[in-house]
Amino acid sequence: MSVFRPPDDWWYKTPVDFEEKVWIGVALVWCLAMFAAMVGWAVWAKQNPPKESYRTTPKEFARKAVEFIRARQAKDAKGSPLFEKGIPVVDVPQGEDGYLIAKAWAWEPVLRLKKGQPARIRMSSLDFQHGFSLQPANLNLQILPGYEYVATLTPTSAGEFLILCNEFCGKDHHKMVGKIIVTE
Amino acid sequence: MNARVCTVTGLQVENHAANLIKLHAVSAVVFLLLGALAALGIALTRWEAVHLLSPDWYYRLVSFHGVNMLVFWIVFFESAGIVFASTVILNSRQAFAPLAYLAWFLMLAGALMADWVMLFKPFDQATIMFTAYPPLKSHPAFYLGVILFAVGALVNCILFFLNVFNARREGTHTGPVPLFTYAIGAAATIGVYALLHGALAFIPAFLWSMGWIKDIDPAAYRLTFWGFGHPAQQINLCAMVGVWYALSTFTVGALPVNEKVCRTAFVLYVLFINLGSVHHLLVDPGLGAGFKIFNTSYAMYLAVLASMIHALSIPASVEVAQRKRGYTKGLFEWLKQAPWGNPCFAALALSLVIFGFLGGVSGVIIGTAQVNLQAHNTLRIPGHFHTTVVGGTTLAFMGFTYYVIPLIFRKEWWSPKWAKVQPWLFAAGIVVMALAMSALGMLGYSRRHYDMSLEGAPFQSDQFGGVALLFQALVGLGGTAAVASVVMFALNAVATLLLGKAVETVPSFPPVQLPTPEPEGAPEQPRPKFAAPGVFALAIAFLVFFVVMYAANWLSLAKTWEIK
Repeated sequence: MSVFRPPDDWWYKTPVDFEEKVWIGVALVWCLAMFAAMVGWAVWAKQNPPKESYRTTPKEFARKAVEFIRARQAKDAKGSPLFEKGIPVVDVPQGEDGYLIAKAWAWEPVLRLKKGQPARIRMSSLDFQHGFSLQPANLNLQILPGYEYVATLTPTSAGEFLILCNEFCGKDHHKMVGKIIVTE
Repeated sequence: MNARVCTVTGLQVENHAANLIKLHAVSAVVFLLLGALAALGIALTRWEAVHLLSPDWYYRLVSFHGVNMLVFWIVFFESAGIVFASTVILNSRQAFAPLAYLAWFLMLAGALMADWVMLFKPFDQATIMFTAYPPLKSHPAFYLGVILFAVGALVNCILFFLNVFNARREGTHTGPVPLFTYAIGAAATIGVYALLHGALAFIPAFLWSMGWIKDIDPAAYRLTFWGFGHPAQQINLCAMVGVWYALSTFTVGALPVNEKVCRTAFVLYVLFINLGSVHHLLVDPGLGAGFKIFNTSYAMYLAVLASMIHALSIPASVEVAQRKRGYTKGLFEWLKQAPWGNPCFAALALSLVIFGFLGGVSGVIIGTAQVNLQAHNTLRIPGHFHTTVVGGTTLAFMGFTYYVIPLIFRKEWWSPKWAKVQPWLFAAGIVVMALAMSALGMLGYSRRHYDMSLEGAPFQSDQFGGVALLFQALVGLGGTAAVASVVMFALNAVATLLLGKAVETVPSFPPVQLPTPEPEGAPEQPRPKFAAPGVFALAIAFLVFFVVMYAANWLSLAKTWEIK
């Protein structure tokens, strides 16, 4: 019973059975195929974790984000600045970077994107770690203070999308909900 | 050396070794019970029709449950395994016995300190989750408790190697170590580097909580934390696989089909499994695609290959042993005639299936760099690891305990009837709960989240639909069943220790079926090409299931927004 007793001295010379050889071969091929799939997806497919990120500080990021919000806040029918639940609604023009602030416990601003049009969004946290969880598209990113994460998002359908926080960030973590509006 | 000879296996059990195994095993079961009681509160809170706890207590208990289960229960049990594998199996004594007792004491003191902070300190200081990500800051006693626990565990890992060395030097053991010891040796090796990474994460965090250093870089912390947190789960993996081999030997008299293959697979774990730390950083800023892809694959999935090898080799050894006993009809007579009424065998079979089909497959899928975009921090993550470390490791360890108590503590089980039911109830509860969690995760449900109806938040939506409410109920019910089963297990163990009859010669329960030695001078039989055709067929079915699930996840990803 060599699970508990020492094996024969020559255990490493015992030939491997045909059955095991076949299985190991098949399993190895599957493992390599999965690796190839990941590499191939990175080269040719359209959903990959964003690669671009920069060092920043909460202060510096907040300054740039507020500047962006001031410049690009949407207007309502009467021409006054548009808010939803007190959070500014902001358009991301083509060719310009949008900003999204994560802080305990809110996502700001509400971003307006266009269906089919890529938008570069810079995200960072002003305090704790947060989880960017875009629903129901179900895309999730880790947001850290001190790091600016640049994601290029291309919405494939119009409508309203929520941003939940899915990294625990304190007592009102479950109330930290933001919004992205996608227009046709 | 003060020792007795085991009446079942003929091995020598030294007194210090026996005491240490008992101390660690009893501590393990106590922390398992604490963690399980917290689990009940969590499961009945995520079932939002019940919504048992306040947000404060919900988050507190999620922290408490995570640390007690993933660290205290599992590592205490593994420490018992470390002593067992390096002394009893090698017929040898515990080296530096006073140091070994001190290590146990450090672990206990550390665990109690951390638990005290998590239960009784103000919310902001107490509740930072198992992951303890800065800038969330806990009370210094929390970090110190974890550090003390880790030092004790590290001493145990080092004592493992000293014991093995000692057994050779004193001549109680010669030749290669037995497979079980080899498996625990792999676990202890991974343990050493996991705990060193833990020190890199927790010592700075402790200094920071004392105000002695100003900042901790959250990304650097995540890297070192997962250098501990991920390999820590691979300690469990190695120990569990070792326990699987042990259980198959004890329950049906199985012998490893080929030792060279099994042992090589353990070497693959040691070499590559640490790369899996990156599973947790796949959607983090600051890391490049090449780094993420190579590491998340454990160097082209060589560690996954190791698990697939064990997945064939362990059930195949059971089939070969059963066929030898005469159950040769068709592909599956050996399986039908297996000792299903023996809780140790039931735990072996159920944990193997849960770990392989659900845990292994889901782990590879959500650990795929791009698919992780749709899984990171959703309920799929706990849905996954409740099928590895709970439905797999914990169930296997409970099965092993059914032998440990009669053989090491020398007590007859208080209720064999409870023991027979318990693994089945546990497996059913965990499978229902984990599948429901995974389904909710695919719908976008967050993990560690108090209220998915988003009440009180600026925006709500009904996007998750009515079906989510059904899955929530299944999380609550499955979780409750699993907790009930843990309570049965723990009460039975405690009642056995306090009230059980002493074993006189051979324990009456559970049954032991050791391998029958080959008669001397018997002519060597040529081995058939397929010695375990039933298991081979099951393995192919497993592979097909794996391929289908894997492909389905890529399809789901292809349908969402484009992101780069």
